[in-house]
Amino acid sequence: MSKLTMSKAINEGLRNCLETDPKTLIMGEDVGKLGGVFRVTDGLQKDFGEDRVIDTPLAESGIVGTAIGLALRGYRPIVEIQFDGFVYPAFDQIVTQLAKMHARALGHVKMPITIRIPYAGGIGAVEHHSESHEAYFAHTAGLRVVTPSNPDDAYWMLRQSVESDDPVIFLEPKARYWDKAEISAAPALDLHTAKVVRSGTDLTLLAYGPMVKVCLEVAAAAEEDGRHLEVVDLRSLSPVDFDTLEASVKRTGRAIVVHEAPVFMGMGAELAARLTERCFYHLEAPVLRVGGYHAPYPPSRVEEQYLPDLDRVLDAVDRALAY
Amino acid sequence: MTVKSTARARKKAAPGVPDNLQAGKDAPAELIQLLTPEGERVEHPDYPLAIEADELRSLYRDLVLVRRFDAEATALQRQGELGLWASLLGQEAAQVGSGRAMREKDYAFPTYREHGVAWCRGVDPLNLLGMFRGVNHGGWDPNEKNFHLYTIVIGSQTLHATGYAMGITKDSAEDAVIAYFGDGASSQGDVNEAFTFASVYNAPVVFFCQNNQWAISEPTTNQTKIPLYRRASGFGFPGVRVDGNDVLACLAVTRWALDRARNGGGPVLIEAFTYRMGAHTTSDDPTRYRAAEETESWRAKDPISRLKTYLEREGLADEDFFAAIDAESETLGLRVREGVRSMPDPDPTLIFDHVYAEPHALVTEERAEYVAYAESFEGGE
Ligand SMILES: Cc1ncc(C[n+]2csc(CCOP(=O)(O)OP(=O)(O)O)c2C)c(N)n1
Ligand SMILES: [Mg+2]
Repeated sequence: MSKLTMSKAINEGLRNCLETDPKTLIMGEDVGKLGGVFRVTDGLQKDFGEDRVIDTPLAESGIVGTAIGLALRGYRPIVEIQFDGFVYPAFDQIVTQLAKMHARALGHVKMPITIRIPYAGGIGAVEHHSESHEAYFAHTAGLRVVTPSNPDDAYWMLRQSVESDDPVIFLEPKARYWDKAEISAAPALDLHTAKVVRSGTDLTLLAYGPMVKVCLEVAAAAEEDGRHLEVVDLRSLSPVDFDTLEASVKRTGRAIVVHEAPVFMGMGAELAARLTERCFYHLEAPVLRVGGYHAPYPPSRVEEQYLPDLDRVLDAVDRALAY
Repeated sequence: MTVKSTARARKKAAPGVPDNLQAGKDAPAELIQLLTPEGERVEHPDYPLAIEADELRSLYRDLVLVRRFDAEATALQRQGELGLWASLLGQEAAQVGSGRAMREKDYAFPTYREHGVAWCRGVDPLNLLGMFRGVNHGGWDPNEKNFHLYTIVIGSQTLHATGYAMGITKDSAEDAVIAYFGDGASSQGDVNEAFTFASVYNAPVVFFCQNNQWAISEPTTNQTKIPLYRRASGFGFPGVRVDGNDVLACLAVTRWALDRARNGGGPVLIEAFTYRMGAHTTSDDPTRYRAAEETESWRAKDPISRLKTYLEREGLADEDFFAAIDAESETLGLRVREGVRSMPDPDPTLIFDHVYAEPHALVTEERAEYVAYAESFEGGE
């Protein structure tokens, strides 16, 4: 495949799902003629019809709740939530029903539902359009949570998510929708495997989704100062591929977790705790975290100050290396 | 499958509006109108409106100024001064009519498009622009003009409005509340729960639904199989459909509903049948999903020109009056333009300033960390 933007890559992934499995459906607000507000479903209703690419009523609980019913009936719904901040009306269905259904039925029913959510900030949007709520989902047993950082992963991870017989929360870093890259002919990795995207010896940056790009920039900048940073793209937030993380941190002896979501009770807390257990005698410094503050996502004119950036991560690198 | 048959139905009727929802030429009997698109004054037995020339002229003034403000905001977005704008173009009469029906102590709970209601409540238009510029998330004091903050999450505010109204009942007060929402919002659980609570507690709240025919790219037919105002009967309170482009009908019907509510009659659902003339927001491209002819057909029902025609024909306003309003519009445009351009970016510590009403250790700590970090750059590099 030629170079695609992330939004186009997901579009192609969805197209493939609709083509190969007649039980797949796309459901969401404005996913039809409009092709979604980010054009991720562009052209799909035209090609697959209104029966399979469904412009639903404006009700997220309804969308997820009926997707659960469709799944019970043998369908494989792919749900779009228009923006991160609008998943909450569906949160009840996701947490109390979707996540628990397989366990409650002692495995007699499966919930092969993928919920796609454009998330995170950096696009100058108004309130509720920039949030990172991955921790809520990762905290919920029964949900798989993944987030690609680049178009190639977006394409393959989407397909793998849809193929999964479990519910998958598929978080799309909206600030990266316009990034372009080559799509490989076959998936290099399993859906839940982390990837070392840059090798280094001095410190490991752990990131996912939108922050992978930032961390790669940090590593490039640090290289100029003679510091060799490793960058690991988690890709999957539930389950987390701790083996890959552990191996990296044991090599470098230092780790910093970077995410947009608030640090307090975020993914970084879990990663730091587990890595401390697994790598205690290899660590030269505590696992540090760089992320959002314990505050509502701010108005766009100050979001730059809220989001982790090159300087803030480099500042943490200095602190970690100072131990 | 139903979705397909709806699509076929839409092709027969004016696009986006099925037969049973048509307004205009063959306006259904249930559509309340006091001023026709041609500017003819008509009477309705249930909604008599005695209105003086002064009030008519001031309604006209509000309509024009609100449209001018809206146009200026759209222009400011194009110039990069605002991140986004949600235009009310076409919905001026629904907002001014209902907004002017309110008394000072009544309370409005808006969506993100109620700039005309804000105007009627006396909210400074510049206050509305802060969130669209990205300097705050609203920021005005809702209790100053009894105009709540804009709510972006569809439908949430209808419950807040209902709760506020329940409080009015508990206080044995005679105020009333309007909950604004859209046709798309009518599908949300919160809105239906608001109907239930309002009905069960006989709350003095008027549900004012601007059915502007679209929820971004989805026509109202994606949300409902019956006219929206009829939903009310299932919840046990009256529903009325009013010509949302007729400021007089909106005024009369909303006044009636508010008075009914404040006198213990309970909630009313008003469906203002109108049209979103512009894009959903400045980020939207309506050419992808709706036909230009549809928009054109609604242009003939413009809320402002019908009132102007009426004022002129009846000799209720002269050229000087219209010229004065035009001049006032320009002054408003200029004030808004200059006000937005000089709106400063907030200090980043705003991020931490109002998270809690009382001190919170974590926020205090993170704020201090942030300040120290930011200061480490000062004088450096
Ligand atoms: C809970 C929620 N879901 C989705 C959205 C995204 N969204 C913003 S406006 C809109 C359409 C609203 O349509 P309607 O209620 O008819 O109001 P209108 O915009 O036409 O005034 C949608 C889907 C949102 N803001 N909140
Ligand atoms: Mg609408």
